[in-house]
Amino acid sequence: MNSAQATVRGSAAELRDPAWKTRVTLALLALVLLWPLLVASEFRPWHLLDAQSLSASGRFLASFVPPALGAEFLALVAQAAWTTVAIATAGLALAWLGAVPLTLLGTARLSQSAVGRPMRPLPALGRQAIRWLLIFLRSVPELVWALLFVRVVGLGPTAGVLAIALTYCGMLGKVYSEVLESTDPAASDALLRNGSPRLGAFLYGALPQASTELVSYTIFRWECAVRSSVIMGFVGGGGLGQQMDMSMKMLAGGEVATMLLVFMLLVALADRASRLLRDTLA
Amino acid sequence: MNAPNATPEATLAVDTPPASRRRATLIVAALLALVAASFATLDLQLAAFLEPDAVGKMREFAGGFFPPEASPAFLAKLAWASLETLAMSALGTLIAMVVGLLLAILAARAPRTAGSALLRSGVRLLLNALRSIPELVWAALWVIAAGLGPFPGTLALAAHTVGVLGRLFADTLENLPAAPARALRDNGASESAVFLYATLPQATPQLMSYSLYRWENNIRAASILGVVGAGGLGQMLHFHLSLFQMREAASVIVAMLAIVAMVDALSHVARRRLTGS
Repeated sequence: MNSAQATVRGSAAELRDPAWKTRVTLALLALVLLWPLLVASEFRPWHLLDAQSLSASGRFLASFVPPALGAEFLALVAQAAWTTVAIATAGLALAWLGAVPLTLLGTARLSQSAVGRPMRPLPALGRQAIRWLLIFLRSVPELVWALLFVRVVGLGPTAGVLAIALTYCGMLGKVYSEVLESTDPAASDALLRNGSPRLGAFLYGALPQASTELVSYTIFRWECAVRSSVIMGFVGGGGLGQQMDMSMKMLAGGEVATMLLVFMLLVALADRASRLLRDTLA
Repeated sequence: MNAPNATPEATLAVDTPPASRRRATLIVAALLALVAASFATLDLQLAAFLEPDAVGKMREFAGGFFPPEASPAFLAKLAWASLETLAMSALGTLIAMVVGLLLAILAARAPRTAGSALLRSGVRLLLNALRSIPELVWAALWVIAAGLGPFPGTLALAAHTVGVLGRLFADTLENLPAAPARALRDNGASESAVFLYATLPQATPQLMSYSLYRWENNIRAASILGVVGAGGLGQMLHFHLSLFQMREAASVIVAMLAIVAMVDALSHVARRRLTGS
């Protein structure tokens, strides 16, 4: 390469990596561990390259250009994009309606039985039950909720809305409680000790300190809900995802390309809107 | 979304100029209008849940899940699907680490690494595109190219994760201290030696921690990817739900929850161990 390197080239043995034995052993071990992974995930890249599938996916990919831009189709996509946003908004509104009472009941900070003494066993048990309910709601993935609701209410936006409502109710309830618990207890404690009802302690003690954080978390979740409502379309939850799934099954690449672009635009817009809202309101 | 309702009063009560208050009121009104418009246009069949026999129907539906199927033959299938899910997530993450690192080297604005400004922004754009398409959409696309099974699922996880990791890796490479690399380079080491013996050792802890975090995410994603036919537990769930075999579906859901709970617990322990608290 250059002269400095050339002068030391003479003693190649001294330049050898001192740690090469460990490196080679670790690399071999990694390969041995990799083998079962490749088997279990049926990793056969050459299937992508056999003539038949190559020509099929080649044709599909080639049909991506140009994206479908017919007026009728664009109207359909716009309709689907609105449905997606509406599913996210309605789902989150329902989730909010469920999460607020659960938060008010479940937050230990607002407990009247715990004022100046350890919480009584019955309220403690009730709070634990609410916590378990919230954990259950959010640990079943929204896609699974959507699959289940499609069996109950049929294909369409209702399943998507209910799935978002349940999962996000669990998420909002958990985070709302955590935010309220992390506020300074002085105000709500003083109110509760002087006989204020739970709602009063919440509105005048805990909420003023926490409102900014609660609002920005809710708006952030709305942004996530837009993304998941697209995904739920793939199992029949309505909106852009469902249209995309149909176009993919018909191998209509141009339509898929348009919808992918619209999806990226939608997510970017939701991102922008949520940042703007958080800056203004919070 | 009604939350902002209560907040403007709370946050803006003290010495707020009326203009920003009016703007906040407008925004809250717009949000309420959005919620109302959403409910109005969606044609939701929520009324069905208020009918007198709705409770009975729901109970019947929920009762169909009990008891979850637990015959040994079914459990063996379930165990294999769980293994498939784990393998998909591990392999997908591994591929993404390798490809992501290669792209990150091209995308990083480090002194004297390969690539011009144009190439760099091109690679950044590619990473953004890969990342902005969700795993499930990738899976639906790969199923078309590679057929049903865990292989397209692996590729889908890899495609999305390359976008995420490539971006994070590039940022890591850009933020490394420059001294060790310069010391090697000034002494005449080749560009690949500089990368292997200065850049990589410095970056490895950060790269590993990003990769582990993504693996955790990918296990969760892999368990549901299958609903579009991309292998693992998701495909099994989709299969049994399509046949209305609710007891089998219940077992699959329990297995999903168990895997996610296990990952959560492991990552909690690992994080505590690593941060030493």
